[in-house]
Amino acid sequence: MSGGVDSAVAAARAVAAGHEVTGVHLALSRNPQSFRTGARGCCTIEDSRDARRAADVIGIPFYVWDMAERFHADVVDDFVAEYAAGRTPNPCLRCNEKIKFAAVLDKARALGFDAVCTGHYARNVDGAGGRRELHRAADPAKDQSYVLGVLDAEQLASSLFPLGDSLKTEVRAEADRLGLAVADKPDSHDVCFIADGDTRRFLAERLGTAPGQIVDSAGAVVGEHQGAYGYTIGQRKGLRIGDPAGDGRPRYVLDISPVTNTVTVGTAEELSVDALEAGHVRWCGPTGDEAFACSVQLRAHGSPVPAEARYDESAGTVNLAFAESVRGIAPGQTAVLYDGTRVIGSATITATRKATAGAVNTGA
Amino acid sequence: MTYLDHAATTPLHPDAIAALNAQFGLVGNANSLHGPGRAARRVVEESREAIAAAFGARPSHVVFTGGGTEADNLAVKGLYWARRAEDPRRTRIVAAKIEHHAVLDALFWLEQHEGAELTWLPVERDGSVRPAALEEALAASAEDVALVTIMWANNEVGTVLPVPELVEIAHRHNVPVHSDAIQAAGHLPVDFTASGLDAMAITGHKLGGPIGVGALLLGRETKLTALQHGGGQERDVRSGTLDTPAIAAFAAAATAARADQPAEFKRLSTLRDRLIEGVLTTIPDAVLSGPPLAEPAPGHAPDRLPGIAHFCFPGCEGDSLLLLLDARGISCSTGSACSAGIAQPSHVLLAMGAGEALARGSLRFSLGRTSTDADVDALLEVLPAVVTRARAAGLS
Repeated sequence: MSGGVDSAVAAARAVAAGHEVTGVHLALSRNPQSFRTGARGCCTIEDSRDARRAADVIGIPFYVWDMAERFHADVVDDFVAEYAAGRTPNPCLRCNEKIKFAAVLDKARALGFDAVCTGHYARNVDGAGGRRELHRAADPAKDQSYVLGVLDAEQLASSLFPLGDSLKTEVRAEADRLGLAVADKPDSHDVCFIADGDTRRFLAERLGTAPGQIVDSAGAVVGEHQGAYGYTIGQRKGLRIGDPAGDGRPRYVLDISPVTNTVTVGTAEELSVDALEAGHVRWCGPTGDEAFACSVQLRAHGSPVPAEARYDESAGTVNLAFAESVRGIAPGQTAVLYDGTRVIGSATITATRKATAGAVNTGA
Repeated sequence: MTYLDHAATTPLHPDAIAALNAQFGLVGNANSLHGPGRAARRVVEESREAIAAAFGARPSHVVFTGGGTEADNLAVKGLYWARRAEDPRRTRIVAAKIEHHAVLDALFWLEQHEGAELTWLPVERDGSVRPAALEEALAASAEDVALVTIMWANNEVGTVLPVPELVEIAHRHNVPVHSDAIQAAGHLPVDFTASGLDAMAITGHKLGGPIGVGALLLGRETKLTALQHGGGQERDVRSGTLDTPAIAAFAAAATAARADQPAEFKRLSTLRDRLIEGVLTTIPDAVLSGPPLAEPAPGHAPDRLPGIAHFCFPGCEGDSLLLLLDARGISCSTGSACSAGIAQPSHVLLAMGAGEALARGSLRFSLGRTSTDADVDALLEVLPAVVTRARAAGLS
């Protein structure tokens, strides 16, 4: 129970379904005294109180579990390290993989609980052959199956997502009917541990400034930067390089090289990628076939694109070849593979192959 | 429901409930000069006399406050400021790290904001402080000491401290002493005058009275800088309209506690010892905190509170144990109620020399007026399985 409306209604539905429910608020912030205003940030004392009040109204026991240290090590430190390595992480997936459905689930099971229930918008259903399947939620605007793509079959079997069939508007209305004060609370956006939303400053505070060059794909210097970690592949804003080729066309970040502390920019065409390689493969169900067609979602709010997947079990990698080029794919991001609405699995992008040049970008 | 958390708060004594009910329908500010005001004032003064009698004090010693934390803050900060105002050299405070946060945090605040220098007395493994340690701390130089503060009995592990001896040593060095007697009052023979203390904090809700009222027993000549300014009530030491119903209930509870204290001490000690024996027998690696069980020598004060039994369960997280017991209707605590909810090792156990891992697996069971054999039976029946499961969950 985060203190938000989704987890509150999820808890209420779990009770209504006849489960024995205990509400747990995860204290993940090392600075819970910070006051949360509006939609940014999470896990402040106000959030903890909102979660407690919701538990009171629903009528379930409530505890606060302090996981700040583990969260910091597994999610926050990893986030910073990935940027330092020139990659673009997704901390929400890491949190689900390491904290919510691992540390929390392990502790819960050891204490005699059977499952973890959250307010994620996704469907966890019994598919053919009695196996659990993860599917997209009914509300496409709220669908969070992407961030749950890191769950394996065992984690899925011990998870409950009561909101999967509902629209957000229905959930808020239900919260209101139940008398939950959080019915009107705004949803939190962005990275929960960057309260003011300023990721670049957050990273600068931890990685310092390291001035370096911005170059074009031919290697000519076109500008300067204060830290390569502040950029992400596909980024157009904030480059401050003017119009280097004099053609009036925008430039995008093609590559970030922490080793040379160089940011490479190029045209939209140079950004196009037609294949990628990914590691850290996780399957939501049985291990994938060696080769299969699927649709791939590359961002939390991106549209899926068709692709041919090749799984190399011994190498632990998946290769994805796109029917049509895609743009702005950064190593470190997660590719979640779908078969229609069903999540097949996920993998972390390690290398991309540009559609134009034949060179492989490994983000190293 | 098995309530084993009397050290956190106690159920209202029937006499306290009767006193509250008697007052609720009336109106009158105890400071007003008219009939209704004087009637309220009379209740306050009779309560003051009753509380003074219950704790070996004179009515003029009793300063009513809004609770124990306020009384502790008033004593620690008030004595420090008054003593330092008299002589600017007096910036040192002598204390031990077993104190409740109401004293500890006030001390840290004075250190961070008021130039206080904190001298920490060593704590024994059983939670006590040796008089010789205080002698050593004061012998080198006492002119720079503002005050000594030492609790009468520890709220987490139950150890009783040798307050009269410590007072005698401090007074020989002309240093005033405050004692947080919040956990001891009502459960041990606490006599303010006999102890020689300059200040002593007590509260209603640890002895069958209501939450929200307490008192600082203060020597008539003891100078204190007030925290709360206003109408000048309570010798100008603590301004604010007096809560007549709460004070009446506090007095009723204190009177009952004083009358029942010798018999309750025996009854609770017996229950506690049965609980301890049961735990140590069924959970062999459980560690009892505080002094070993023994009959106090004749003429000697008991060395532990009658109702508290605190254990460390190796390999377990205190909050896992608490959750599992809570789910089975048994209420207890991992330490002081005030620090609940966050997995921090107990500062009291750390001060006693327990390792951090062991300190995290701590659980305090505390018995009180309404506790019976059935409560002890209920706990012993489920505790072994609870510990096994908590151990499986491990340390976070």
